[in-house]
Amino acid sequence: MDAAPMTTSQPISNTRATAILYACVAAGGVLGSLARYIAALVIPVVSGFPWPTLFVNITGSFIIGFYATLSGPDGRLFASTPQRQFVMTGFCGGYTTFSSFSLETVRLLRAGSAHTALTYIAVSVVTWLIAVWLGYALASRLNRLKGS
Amino acid sequence: MIGGFISVALGSVLGACARYFVSGFVARRIGETFPYGTLLINVTGAFVIGIFGDLATDNASLFAAPDPWLFAVTGFLGAYTTVSSFSLQTLSLARDGEGGRALLYVALSVALSLAAATLGFVLVDALR
Repeated sequence: MDAAPMTTSQPISNTRATAILYACVAAGGVLGSLARYIAALVIPVVSGFPWPTLFVNITGSFIIGFYATLSGPDGRLFASTPQRQFVMTGFCGGYTTFSSFSLETVRLLRAGSAHTALTYIAVSVVTWLIAVWLGYALASRLNRLKGS
Repeated sequence: MIGGFISVALGSVLGACARYFVSGFVARRIGETFPYGTLLINVTGAFVIGIFGDLATDNASLFAAPDPWLFAVTGFLGAYTTVSSFSLQTLSLARDGEGGRALLYVALSVALSLAAATLGFVLVDALR
């Protein structure tokens, strides 16, 4: 926070800044959700395994790890707060989904496919975390490269 | 086809803004040492998707139709809940030397979300 004295215009500019952030989150969220919808239309569910959801959650984890690190404090990409909210909270948040993961797992369990359900849980959590780490590791390397 | 895209888009505007609001609200109230906001979002989203998922098995239900499902589930709940923030927060905890809290966060997120989705199914079954 800066030490600027309070002025009458500050509440208005705060409201405006908040509105801009909400607009960025909403716009990114729509793009991410439509990308997830298209992935679900294109990627087939083979032998009852929810590949489309696994795909978006892995790629979304990679993107957020990569972008957060590249645009972070030591990053080489300058991004404003609205830009970061658009990509991370908006796009990545809208693109990935924990609710579909939960529904698919419960449906598998209720259908008596406990083995597939447990495999889905384990594969999901492990691959999501590997993906976010890969994104972070790749961006860290790029941040350490010389030059602008 | 176009109607599907519009349904997803409308639901996702509301879902993404709801997530931004809840995570900000929880962060201001409780703080950000542990990702309670995202946990709350994913658990509540899982509970509601359990309800809608069970309702959709009844062909007479609203959610058995494509557009309400695309609006409420693919759009709203899909944008409301998030795996990307979950992954990034887990990585941050682990990198800060908080391995125990990272594992706790993963375990709580998965166990509570699956329990909440199951509870949604159980609730609808009980009311039928």
